[in-house]
Formats: sequence, structure tokens, C-alpha cells
Amino acid sequence: MDVLFLSRIQFALNTCFHYLYPPISIGLGLLLVIMEGMYLKTRDLKYKEMTHFWIKIFALTFALGVATGLVQTFAFGTNWARYSRFVGDVFGSALAAEGIFAFFLEAGFLGILLFGWDRVGPKLHYFSTICVCLGAHFSAVWIVVANSWMQTPAGFHIVHTPLGPRAEITQFWEMVFNPSSLNRLCHVLLGCWLTGAFFVISVAAYYLLRQRHQPIARPMMYIGLSFAMISLVLQLISGDSSARLVSKYQPAKLAALEGLYQTIPATPISVIGWVDAKAEKVHSLKIPGALSFMTYRDLSTPVPGLDKVPRDEWPNVPLTFQTYHIMVSLWVVMFLIALFGFYHWGRKTLEKKRWLLWIMVFSVLLPHIAQQCGWICAEVGRQPWIVYKVLRTSEGVSTSISSQQVFGSITMFLVVYLLLFALFLFLLDRKIKHGPEEIRSQEDDRLYRDVLKEGRF
Amino acid sequence: MELAALWYLVIGFSVIAYSVLDGFDLGVGALHLFARTDEQRRVFLNAIGPVWDGNEVWIVIVMGGVFAGFPNAYATVFSGFYTLLMFLIAGLMFRASAIEFRSKRESLTWRYFWDTVFSFASLLVAFVMGLILGNMVEGVPLNESQDYIGTFSDLLGPYSVIIGLTTCALFAMHGAIYLTMKTEGEAQEVVRKWINKAIAVFIFWYLVATVATLIYMPHMTERMIQEPYLFLCPLFALIAIFSIPYQVRRGNHGWAFVSSCISIALLLTLFGLGTYPTLVASTIHPEANSITIYNAASSEKTLRILLLVVAIGIPLVFAYGVWVYRIFRGKVKLEKSSY
Repeated sequence: MDVLFLSRIQFALNTCFHYLYPPISIGLGLLLVIMEGMYLKTRDLKYKEMTHFWIKIFALTFALGVATGLVQTFAFGTNWARYSRFVGDVFGSALAAEGIFAFFLEAGFLGILLFGWDRVGPKLHYFSTICVCLGAHFSAVWIVVANSWMQTPAGFHIVHTPLGPRAEITQFWEMVFNPSSLNRLCHVLLGCWLTGAFFVISVAAYYLLRQRHQPIARPMMYIGLSFAMISLVLQLISGDSSARLVSKYQPAKLAALEGLYQTIPATPISVIGWVDAKAEKVHSLKIPGALSFMTYRDLSTPVPGLDKVPRDEWPNVPLTFQTYHIMVSLWVVMFLIALFGFYHWGRKTLEKKRWLLWIMVFSVLLPHIAQQCGWICAEVGRQPWIVYKVLRTSEGVSTSISSQQVFGSITMFLVVYLLLFALFLFLLDRKIKHGPEEIRSQEDDRLYRDVLKEGRF
Repeated sequence: MELAALWYLVIGFSVIAYSVLDGFDLGVGALHLFARTDEQRRVFLNAIGPVWDGNEVWIVIVMGGVFAGFPNAYATVFSGFYTLLMFLIAGLMFRASAIEFRSKRESLTWRYFWDTVFSFASLLVAFVMGLILGNMVEGVPLNESQDYIGTFSDLLGPYSVIIGLTTCALFAMHGAIYLTMKTEGEAQEVVRKWINKAIAVFIFWYLVATVATLIYMPHMTERMIQEPYLFLCPLFALIAIFSIPYQVRRGNHGWAFVSSCISIALLLTLFGLGTYPTLVASTIHPEANSITIYNAASSEKTLRILLLVVAIGIPLVFAYGVWVYRIFRGKVKLEKSSY
């Protein structure tokens, strides 16, 4: 196996594993702001217990996010040296901004969130919670900007240096707000919110099933369901405009997403199916004209297929097709769960519907699978380019490393990641089984006393 | 002043900030196993508890800064030092997880296991950082397209190993001083016993490293010989280092810590004075193949944006850094939310 292939595997492994954690931090970050806000507003201790509980889970997730995210800052240089030389001028400023503004905000204030309950007043604590939430969101901003630049590069020109050509910035804001940045950022953040929402739903459902901590689990369920519903609706809009964006800027990717080998009028959307890459055929359940409608808002205009793309610029069609379809189908599943959840919540029958609660317990996996699939189809669909139409992935890989070295590091990462993941699940399980700690007396609760003393909020 | 040189200063500043800050928590890690009881270990761990991940962020800034400002250097060093960096990554990841996981269970076997991981991972990180620095002083084989063409074992030369060990000793001393500052009572007694040994070990390695540099790395002193007033830097470094045991003996732990911070800053400044404007020296055709701030820099436009980001960002980072440290000032007390 060559260095290029192994490096791609390694990057995918690092990124997929890393991406288990930030969506939880981002989603939970916002939920913490909501929960602590509810506490300060209502002064109801159950919201404080809830906040306490989720801060602990947030911290655990954040630690793993940092540990795995650190790897990413190395990964560009170690395995993608030529890519780093090529994009450093453009990519670097976004990454530096991320390091300074986002990471510090998050890491700096997390200390106060965790250890500061008794050291700072409630307002300052809430301020820290907001900062942590903002930090988490900012970190997504810069990395998604950088990635979007790779999808739809803008605001740069190619300069020839003694070491070869490289991209240099001409317009910073054009680079930051490249055609896909905002759109993809919304899509990513909404995915993260869904992750947070379904995490909360899942834990609440577990407590309701076990008939433990119900006074906390009920409002938790309600917060989770509402947050999930809002995010799901917004995600539908964002998904639609993402797809149109892809059709405009990356026609080859769209063709691969839908497995369009031939350009045909009234282009259909496949609901479910499989791709026969050898025969270049897709066997699927199709809705005729749907893709034409989604792309051009009319039922007959043909959407360009892969036959319009040079063969050496085709992405891997089966992988792109399947991951994309899994992502979209999971949206439907999540939507149904939230819908049923709300229906039974409204009729106050949710706690009797044990089958639904069980589905909710496992629903925590759905946003994760959907996001992993979404990233795979976005990144694999861009291939063979690392920077779309500018630099090929094969031109970006390091020259001074050997496949043995990469093989060794992949093994190391696999071992470390499996260990970390097992520990994460183990500790998470313990925390959830242990449950929120009850704050019985308001006397030993300094934060609460401070609120009473100040008489505000 | 040229923009590239300014950016070099920014990175230099961040490297110093990283070494001063993460230096003490790596040092606390290195000393961790010397603490005998679980409670002492928890006290020491919680002395760095609220700040270690904030400190570690500086390394992300350093790497981001090099990537953005000197992409060639980033590409060469990171792909060339591949295996070494994988050790560094493993060290950083195991360290972070050990801190996070050790106190999550009551079982002593569990805790001792993670204590060992924490301590060795901290040492590994410090050692690899030193190795990298040593290699950058010594120079590495680069070809004409500035790619590393040596092997892994080329990076483990005697000079680099000396610098690696010196770094470990320096951080251990720095960590010990930090701990005396943050602890009281019995726990402080324990650290006090280590501190003189740590200082002695560091001064030994510091002298070895200095002699080795003077004999084998004459290029490191060239600039100072040309501009003799620069000798003030090693002089002050020497004063700072030797004032540490003095301050410790007088019980001024705060000042001892300040001296230790200044020592680290000056030692790194010496490194900068010796190597500037080279980032990575090449042992093959040094004139043509070495990476300098000129042939590695990003475009002027990017450097200008970066400096703007830093001009806004670093004061903010500083302000809330100071704030967090103020909130957690004073001696460590174990609380319910502690590690």
C-alpha cells in the first residue's frame, strides 16, 4: 500500500474519531446555556442539578475533543507536507484565528465552568458558560471556513515560488466567505445541535424508563425534544440549500451523490438503492424529476451526470452515494422520533410508551452516524481533488515519509483511539448511571444563596 | 522591521509562553510518581487542574503560527520528524486522558496505572520537545526542495539527547517550584524535599548543554561575538538560574518561580539569537537548502492579516488568562469538583 492511500486512511481515521466529540461539545454547549439560563430565571434547583450533570459530561467530551483535535494540527504537516506548503498562506490564517479566538475561549472558561461554582458569582458563572458555548461554536467556524475553501476556493491566486506553485491570499474576506462557507457552517452547526439534543433526549428517556430522577428527566426531555425539533426543521432548509450549492459548484460531487452516470432529463432522486460501479448503473427506487426540481426548481431540466466529467476526475461513486443516502434517511428517522415524542408528550402518554423511550435511548447514535456519513460524502465526493479543481490529493501528500512510518502511526492511533473510546463509553456510562446529584438543601448551595442575596435574575 | 521578522517574534513569544506555562504542568507530571500517597497526588494534580489545558493551547498557537506564517518550515519539520512527532502526539494524548481519567474511579490500581501513564507521558513530551529543539540547533539533512532526507535515528544524536534531558530537568524544576507555591502543610513539605535535588539535576544538565553547545555548535555564539552586548542575555540567564536556589532557601517561592520563568525565557532567547534567521538548518548545502524566515514566509498580505489577528487576539488571551489564574490563585484545596 502506498503512502498516499495510507495517509488518506489515517486522515479519515483521525478526523472521524475526532468528530465524535466536537458535535457533542457544541450541541451541549448551547444546551448548557439554555439550562443554566432556565435556572437563573426560575431559580428552580432542578435546572441547576441538570446543568451540573451536563457540565460534567461536557468536560469529559471536551477533554477527548482536545486530545484528538491536537492530532489534527499535526496531521496537515506530517502527512500532507506538499499540501501544507501549497495552502499555508491561505489556510493558515483561518487556523491561527481558530487557535487564538476559539480554543482559548473554550479551554480558558471551561476551568471556571467546572471548578468555579464556589469561586465566582452566578452571573459570572453564566457568563463563562456562554463563553464556552461561543468558543465551541467559533472553533467550528474557522475549521469549516478552511474546509469550505477547499471545496469552493476563492479569494486567492497561484504564485510560483522556487519550491513550486502555491496559493496566496488576495482577498481575505472573499476567502472567508467563499461560496460555500456560510451554508456549510449552518449545516455543520445544526448537525451539532442535533447531536446535543438527541444526547439529552436519550439520557432523559433512559431515566424515564428506569423511573429514576423523573423530576429532572421530564424537563430534560422537553428541552431536548424542542431543541431537536427546531434543529431538524432548520436542517431541512439548510440541507436543501447545501445540495443546490453542490449542484452549482461541484457538479461531479452531486452526480456521485445521486449516482448519475448518465445525464437524463427529468433527473430522478434515488430514495434507496445500490451502485454497480463496474456496470456504471444504479439500481434504486427513484422519484422522477425530483433532482431537477431540487436543483433548478423545475421538473424537466437535466442535471449533468458523470458523463460530463472527465473520468480521472470522478469520485468514488458507491461510497459517496451510500453515505449521502444514509445521512438523508437518518434525518427522516430523527424527525419521526421527535414527532412521536412531541405527540406523546402533549398527550402525557410518553412515559407509558416504553418502545418509544427505548428507541429514544438509542437515538443518540443517529446524529453521529448521519454526521460521519455527511463528512465522508463531502470529502470523498471532492476527490480526486484536495483543493477543488486546484490541487489533486496525490499532489498534496508528503514525500519524506515512508509507508512503514504511516502504517506504524495508523496502528498507534488505532490502539490509542480504541482505548480512549472504550474509556469514554465506560466513564459516560458511569456518569449517566450515577445520575444528577440532588441539591437538597438550598442552604449549602452557595450559588443559590448568591442569587437570593442579589435578588435579581 | 520586516513582517517575517515580526512574525518570528510572535512565534518566539508563543514558544516562550508555552514553555513557561505548560513547562510547569509537564514538570508536575514528571514528578508525579515521587508523591507517595493518593491524596498528595491529587493535591499536585489539582494544582494544575484548572489551567493545564489552557496552557496546552499555546502549542496549538505555535503550530498554527508556524503553519500560517512559515508554511515551508511547518511542512518540512512535521513530515521530516514524523516518527518523533507521533511519539509527541501519543504523549500528549495519553497525558490528557490520564489527567481526565485517573480520579474517576476509587480503585487504587486504576489510579496508579493512570499516574504512571501521566508521569511517563509528561516526561516523553518534555523530552521530545527538547529533541526537536536540539535538532534545530544542530541542523538536519535537507535536500534542495527542503525535504528531510535523514532517518529517525538521525534525530537522536548525542547533542539533541542532551538538550532533551536538559528540558526534562528544567521542567521538573519549574514544576517543583510551582508546586511549593501552590501547596501548604504536609504536601508542601514533600515538595520542598524535591526542590533542591531538582535544581541540582537541572544545573548539572544545563552546564553539560552549555559546554556541548560552546564546543560543538560554534554557530550558536557567532552573533554574540559580533555584537558583544548580546552577552547580557546569557549573563542574565545565569543570574536567573543561580538565584533560584537562593530564593528557595529564603522561602520566597513566588520569586523563585519568577526566576525560573525568566530562565526559561532567556534560554529560549539564546536559542533564537543563535539560530535566527534560520528556522531549520540543513547539514547538506546549508547556504541553499536551509529554511530561513525569508524563504519559508507566507505572502506579505497573509503576514499582515496574521499580525492583525494576533494584535487583537493576544491581549484578549492574556487578559482572560490572567483572570483565570487570579480566580484560582492561592493554595490548592480538594473540593468535590476536583480531579
